[in-house]
Amino acid sequence: MKPIVWRRTAASVVFVSLTAVLVLKALEIQILDSDFFERQGDARQLRTLEISAHRGDILDRNGEPFAISTPVSSVWMNPKLVKDDLDSLDAIAGLLSLDAVSLRDKARRYQDREFVYLKRHVSPELADKVMALRVPGIALQDEYRRFYPSGEVAAHIIGFSDIDDNGQEGIELAFDDWLKGVPGKKRVIRDRLGQIFDDIERIEPEQPGKDLQLSIDKRLQYLTYRTLKAAVIKHNAVAGSAVVLDARSGEVLAMANQPSFNVNDRKQLKPQATRNRAVTDVFEPGSTMKPISVAAALETGRWKPFYKVETAPGYMRVSGNMIRDERNYGDLDIGGVLEKSSNVGVSKIVLAIDADEQWNMYQRVGLGMSTGSGFPGEVSGRLSLDALNSDFARATMAFGYGISVTPLQLAQAYSAIAADGVMYPVTFIHDDREPVGQRVMTEKTAKAVRKMMRRVVDGDGTGERAAVANYSVAGKTGTVHKFIAGGYADERYRSIFAGMVPAEEPELVMVVMIDEPRNGEHFGGEVAAPVFGKVMAGAMRLLDIAPDNFARNAHRAAPVKAAVSEHGGDA
Amino acid sequence: MSDRQRMLVVVTVLFSLVLASAILLVYSKHQSRKLFVQLQQLERQVDALNTEWSQLQLEQGAWSDHGRIERIARKRLSMVSPDADEVIFIEQ
Repeated sequence: MKPIVWRRTAASVVFVSLTAVLVLKALEIQILDSDFFERQGDARQLRTLEISAHRGDILDRNGEPFAISTPVSSVWMNPKLVKDDLDSLDAIAGLLSLDAVSLRDKARRYQDREFVYLKRHVSPELADKVMALRVPGIALQDEYRRFYPSGEVAAHIIGFSDIDDNGQEGIELAFDDWLKGVPGKKRVIRDRLGQIFDDIERIEPEQPGKDLQLSIDKRLQYLTYRTLKAAVIKHNAVAGSAVVLDARSGEVLAMANQPSFNVNDRKQLKPQATRNRAVTDVFEPGSTMKPISVAAALETGRWKPFYKVETAPGYMRVSGNMIRDERNYGDLDIGGVLEKSSNVGVSKIVLAIDADEQWNMYQRVGLGMSTGSGFPGEVSGRLSLDALNSDFARATMAFGYGISVTPLQLAQAYSAIAADGVMYPVTFIHDDREPVGQRVMTEKTAKAVRKMMRRVVDGDGTGERAAVANYSVAGKTGTVHKFIAGGYADERYRSIFAGMVPAEEPELVMVVMIDEPRNGEHFGGEVAAPVFGKVMAGAMRLLDIAPDNFARNAHRAAPVKAAVSEHGGDA
Repeated sequence: MSDRQRMLVVVTVLFSLVLASAILLVYSKHQSRKLFVQLQQLERQVDALNTEWSQLQLEQGAWSDHGRIERIARKRLSMVSPDADEVIFIEQ
């Protein structure tokens, strides 16, 4: 043959045989070995799953945890893949403590679905055991479970979230958007039987929620809670609330209520136990209003602290109604009116100023309106305008009847007196920035009222049991008849104490309200004041606030001067 | 060099380049898979450590619960808070 023909033939043979090989291979794949390849295809199924986002922790002002999310697994099944293997479900049911029969029933009933939860939020160890059984159609979903380390102590403030990490009550609800993350998406390979996951890629990473730092001090919260609880039990009371505020910034350092509940196990919740009464329930403040009424009078300039009021004979008639004192206190200066808690005295004082001057002070210190704390369920109380048309209504308001407040509102109002006339809006959130307050009375008025309130505790007043050794204390007791359908009850009271420490330059304000003590004692000075005294004594120590009143313990020597060496070493 | 020889050299060089690029491709694919497996392992480690950390936090919360500490201090260690007159203040 000629070379050129030989080459052409060779090339054609090569190309034809290559094509033949391809065709045969195609035949082979498509027809002969089709089963094998179909199986391999099924073995690699792509699926898009959700990645749960971590919910932000809730911390106290010092970083101690109040609410933590911990990773758990939820066991789920794909009924489509399980329906032919009902026996292995029994083993699963055993491990998860589920009823085997109803589990089989579930698999049958939902056989058209692809995703059914079996048990949510099981521990990682249990989840591993379940997966070790290698039952087709059973898989795990990573989720988070919320735990509250302080339990009943801070339950009302923190609130709780549901199994899907949605806030339901309290701070968990109020700041749900901040705490919640955004779930992500991931693509995975898994085999037809639903097992053996292999992450391929994260399509969208999850965004974890942000941590939240509260103004609450966990140690002070515990101290307040247990002191309140002990008092409520001792006096067999229906309920109780206590609030501690930082007078200089409006931050809520502690807020406790009784009754409380186990926030980590909410199977048997009673609605009255979950209310944060310190912000959701109102009461008539009684004599704890008197310092505020006196402040209104002093602010007008027409009353001075040394002016005297005639309270004899211990009762007076206003607009045809009777106002009474415990007994005839005679002539009292303004401080004496607070010290003895004279209703006649304070009525005469406010009736000598204008109605709107009195009302405006109440409004300026935040009564009758929400504190703006943002807490879910907070109420505004009641400060009605038309009471101003009646002298009797004005007088009763002056000693705290016919007006209703929450413990938080009362604490906020007292904080204005504590901070030399400037009121800082209350907040539950820790904030390092300089707080911005509003002046609601002159510094002179605030200091004068504090001086008078000192006499209630450190002098000869009703608040003796609120005293704190080595510290000056200013406050006011209140004992209020409860109002029930149709009138004031004779023998049912609320015992209240509101005060601040140290009186000279207050750092903390506290309000204690005990609802219906039923063990005999019912005066604010007997029931509520001791709670104040105990908590404030501990608080001073916890917060490292220097004592300012050694005169109380006359039998002790004055502070010892330390001998400090040149080198400043500590002995 | 003749035309034929030159052609042969060019083809050989090009062929070796193609071969080299094919091998490098395989190598880089292999590296990528290895790294991906490593990444997955590390991610699993991260998850495990996160789980452990939350559990430890909870444990710490339980051990350091104020109520528990107080009970132990009072009952087991017989401790008490000092009274006001048992405290001596030192002024500096």
